[in-house]
Amino acid sequence: MAALPPYASSAQIAWHYGFRTICTLIFLFLMLPILVIVPLSFNAENFFTFTKAMLELDPDGYSLKHYNDFFTNSDWQGALGNSLRIAPMATLLSTGLGTLAAIGLSQQHVPFKGAIMAILISPMIVPLIISAAGMYFFYSRIGLQGTYWGVVLAHAALGTPFVIITVTATLVGFDRSLVRAAASLGANPVTTFVKVQMPLILPGVISGALFAFITSFDEVVVVLFVGSAGQKTLPWQMFTGLREQISPTILAVATVLIAISILLLSTLELLRRRSERLRGLSPG
Amino acid sequence: MSNAQADNAAMVSADGVPLKVSLARALRRQKIRALFLIAPLLIFVLISFIAPIADMLFRSVENTIVPDTLPKTVVALQEWDPATGEVPGESVFAALHADLLVAADEKTHTRVGQRLNYETPGISSLFRKSGRRVERMDPGNYKEQFIKIDKDWGNMAVWETIKRLSGDYTSSYFLSAVDAKWSHDGIEFVPENEQIYQTLFVRTLVLSVAITFTCVLLGYPIAFLLSNLPMRTSNMLLILVLLPFWTSLLVRTSSWIVLLQQQGVINDLLVAIGLVDDQNRLELMYNQFGTIVAMTHILLPFMILPLYSVMKTISPSYVRAAKSLGANDWTAFWKVYFPNSIPGIGAGAILVFILSIGYYITPELVGGTTGTFISNRIAYHISSSLNWGLAAALGVILLALILVFYWLYDKFVGIDNVALG
Repeated sequence: MAALPPYASSAQIAWHYGFRTICTLIFLFLMLPILVIVPLSFNAENFFTFTKAMLELDPDGYSLKHYNDFFTNSDWQGALGNSLRIAPMATLLSTGLGTLAAIGLSQQHVPFKGAIMAILISPMIVPLIISAAGMYFFYSRIGLQGTYWGVVLAHAALGTPFVIITVTATLVGFDRSLVRAAASLGANPVTTFVKVQMPLILPGVISGALFAFITSFDEVVVVLFVGSAGQKTLPWQMFTGLREQISPTILAVATVLIAISILLLSTLELLRRRSERLRGLSPG
Repeated sequence: MSNAQADNAAMVSADGVPLKVSLARALRRQKIRALFLIAPLLIFVLISFIAPIADMLFRSVENTIVPDTLPKTVVALQEWDPATGEVPGESVFAALHADLLVAADEKTHTRVGQRLNYETPGISSLFRKSGRRVERMDPGNYKEQFIKIDKDWGNMAVWETIKRLSGDYTSSYFLSAVDAKWSHDGIEFVPENEQIYQTLFVRTLVLSVAITFTCVLLGYPIAFLLSNLPMRTSNMLLILVLLPFWTSLLVRTSSWIVLLQQQGVINDLLVAIGLVDDQNRLELMYNQFGTIVAMTHILLPFMILPLYSVMKTISPSYVRAAKSLGANDWTAFWKVYFPNSIPGIGAGAILVFILSIGYYITPELVGGTTGTFISNRIAYHISSSLNWGLAAALGVILLALILVFYWLYDKFVGIDNVALG
């Protein structure tokens, strides 16, 4: 699929360009929603479509008023605040417990490994609506429904599989003789963990944490059921906004969230490269 | 380990313990340490996730509300045989009176009425009405007085329902979930035009297959292109796949609403170039089309990523070998390359399919009435109709369906190979 050879027949040339056109169209389909929503968020009117002024690139057609609304409206700010209170706590819980468990799972002899793995990964497999239903039933029994900790627990549970998967993947390339070397030089297990193992698996732990964070930060189904009005998060606010009365502020919020995704994606990519370099898998 | 000892004796470690025992002990210690590290998370997931799922399983068959609210009636009804075709006698009505007195006092009679109403419509109002008047009844001759309040108390169907639901557990939620119910002669399905749940399950499956199919159709060329380009270029293009993947689900759904709605970008564009008349703009969402388009977009990365990782491993020399043996481009692709990429298609397709049948948010927002899934019905029963038992039963069926597909996925792909991009 690289360059066309000079001896290509006309049919081959046609196919070559035809195929590239098809692929471009599919890429366009993938990027279209993002490409449309970002410029529209700067719309000076309260429309969800491109105005004439926007198409003529008239500066008057663009404004920051929807962003202004997002940053001043108490509903949106409250929702953002809730998201920022819930996601880091859920991330902390799932990363801490998940990293420990991943280290345990990567030991050579783990009894019932298959069953344990299945249980720990299950929050990722079960559809969100089912998790949400079950958590709603059970958390209302034990008085956690509609509380901050209820939502944090639920989100932490949803985030742990990602931590397990990323940290276990990092541990696959981990050289066990390093731990033995540290121990033979007199380090106790805690020192060995903090000084030797942790720095090497840190990229995996951070990517796991990012996955857990984004899981909680983007999650709407579970919080819709487990939370109450006091835990209204940003996605929840967007969901109600979309369902009831769609306001253009949503477009501004969406653009802010896209910016956050780009930031996270680049961080993850950097971490992945660093991790591979540390493990000597690729020259960098 | 001293070989100086007799050859027959067991090998011994430095501290004199037989080596076998010493090794076993070390192994045990290792296992305990591993479990020790896993235990906190395991307990956490068991409490915060597995217990809720178990609770849902339990709720789908639980029926304690009837025997708890009407304890005496339930006992008295044991002797009544509906086959006689006659309404129960005075003793049952006396028991009902006693139960309703307590229930009306605790205001639980409306809840049990609601529960029985799921099975036989009309019972809810019957209980509400009787609960109000039960205090003013004269002692004795309860049967007559109850039937005077509402002649439905003389209706066989009401008593059959109560008798059928007098146990602690019931299969009635599962029957409702597949559009079946108890009748005089056992289980029967409701008339075809009233079968909402079967229709919804079928629709969920059909739409998921359609979404999976479009994902394969759109994902295959992209994965093929990515795996055949030089590393540097393909990494750049991969960003175009990963960026939507990482963008919030709600952001993507809202942009599809912006694109597809009647006053939206696509309709505006079509009107501007004159393909569509301004008066009859296309209805692109709040129907199945909207659900398929938006969900294909959302799930496409889950197709491309596993497919790409499989295609990367197909050596280009296979196709070259085929061509050098005289195959043309198409034959080389179809007979050599394509069969090698089938594992990737399988992995991606099952993943997309599983994710799609459990989807809730996107169908809810763009599906209207014809493009919604079974998940939307579950949510409706939890938050609007409050029929939690039915919601739980639908959830259990959906979960069972998904576990079957995961079992297939694990068998053919392996759960550990879930690609995260």
